[in-house]
Amino acid sequence: MTEYSLPLPVLEGHSADFYGFCKEGELRFQRCDGCGAWRHVPRELCAECGSWDWTWTRSSGKGEVFTYTVVGRALHPAFADSAPYAVSVVEMEEGVRMLSRVADVDPAELEIGMRVQVDFEAVTEEISLPIFRRATV
Amino acid sequence: MKEACIVGIGQTDYCRKPGSGLSQLALQLQAASRAIGEAGLKPAEIDGIMPFPNLGRAEEFAANLGCQNLRYAATIHMGGAAPAASLQAAAAAVNSGMANYVLLPAGWNGYSGARVRQTVSQDVSSIPGGAIARDYYLPFGFTAPPQWYSVLARRHMHEFGTRSEQLGAIALAMRKHAQLNSSAVMHGKPMTMDDYLASPMLADPYRFFDCCLETDGGAAVVVTTAERARDLGTRPVRILAAASGQPYPADEITNRRDIFRTGLTIAAPEAFGKAGLKPSDVDFAMIYDCFTFEVLQQLEEVGFCERGEGGPFVEGGRIELGGELPVNTHGGLLSEAHVLGMSHIVEAVRQLRGELGERQVKDAELGVVTGWGDFGDGSIALLAR
Repeated sequence: MTEYSLPLPVLEGHSADFYGFCKEGELRFQRCDGCGAWRHVPRELCAECGSWDWTWTRSSGKGEVFTYTVVGRALHPAFADSAPYAVSVVEMEEGVRMLSRVADVDPAELEIGMRVQVDFEAVTEEISLPIFRRATV
Repeated sequence: MKEACIVGIGQTDYCRKPGSGLSQLALQLQAASRAIGEAGLKPAEIDGIMPFPNLGRAEEFAANLGCQNLRYAATIHMGGAAPAASLQAAAAAVNSGMANYVLLPAGWNGYSGARVRQTVSQDVSSIPGGAIARDYYLPFGFTAPPQWYSVLARRHMHEFGTRSEQLGAIALAMRKHAQLNSSAVMHGKPMTMDDYLASPMLADPYRFFDCCLETDGGAAVVVTTAERARDLGTRPVRILAAASGQPYPADEITNRRDIFRTGLTIAAPEAFGKAGLKPSDVDFAMIYDCFTFEVLQQLEEVGFCERGEGGPFVEGGRIELGGELPVNTHGGLLSEAHVLGMSHIVEAVRQLRGELGERQVKDAELGVVTGWGDFGDGSIALLAR
């Protein structure tokens, strides 16, 4: 694998768990054991009901593009060769939103409401990023 | 709420090339010194200092200026919302006796020093959200303010039909006002809608001309009680009410149930309620204009128009001098200089003193100043002559 030069998450605390599941090809979010609320990004306790108990629960992986931007000029040196690139906020069936990208859609063709399905891109031996592809069904 | 007053204002030259030639601290000291002098005060009388977040420490301001009696030092950590939020805290401080005269300095070498985009890429702790941004935003290239806010603008366009030409109307209004302000970096550089639409996309829908300037400069104000203000030589400007607020969650910009509910959504009704006033009473507004859509969004959340109507509201010259609600008569962060929102307070004070000549809002009695910072922190001050 050639050296990966873009910023990576730090595998500490809840992020170690979240990205650990991604490495196994699973998108999991915290789901409160008390009230059943899903949450992302990971938190210490449930802001809805106050419960400290949760379970990393598997997402359907399905969602739709809630909003997006197309970056025409990178403002971080690591992305200088990536522009133009699109960044999307995906609203999952479970209700949480996550920031990612839709990998197989040309930025000019992105649309709010486009249905997408999670996939994983192994960028290093330790880290797989959750990305999306246009849903086939 | 007892009123407090702004009794002194000061600013430096604003510039891009060749840069200020001053340190970040020296720029702010120059503006502070002018504000203190304009108020007719001596530095030893300044016993409160509220530095802008991450741009200086009260101790170094006090030691350089000669504030030998400092007893109140605090910083409101709300990015660009800090100056107007600091007016709220400074008013409370002077009226509770925690300090007599509070200095609010701001300034930086935003052009010749480290650019915001560099700070963000080199120090993740400087990003609102910190480790959240590091682990969930940066790996996907969501790294800088125009990108963070562009997704809000895109969603607004989707829900309400807001158009690029409406964002352009904001950029053009600021540029038009800058032609009447010889301190503005964009003075002598008018812009047309064609210029705006032809500028390159940085973070769709944000073009180059939707984005604020990167400049060197400083500005400062001094706050005291209404009683003390009467004894000073300058014409005081009254702080009728000020308030601040945070979006929820404030540290993560994508997971808000209502993505347009920002800090100002909470702060604006509080400030108008305290003052017993309504948005239609206002003669002018200085809106924190880091990017064009943030102006539109704040106009809606303050209540100058309904949610979703900001696009039509900014058209037809309504926000220009001579219009119904002149916005940013100095040119703002978009066309005067990026002085962190302190320059918006300075301009509001000048409007209320009636000293602005050809860019004076006729008979200005009541003005609004807002702040926007981090992932949507908000602040507002209602100022009156």
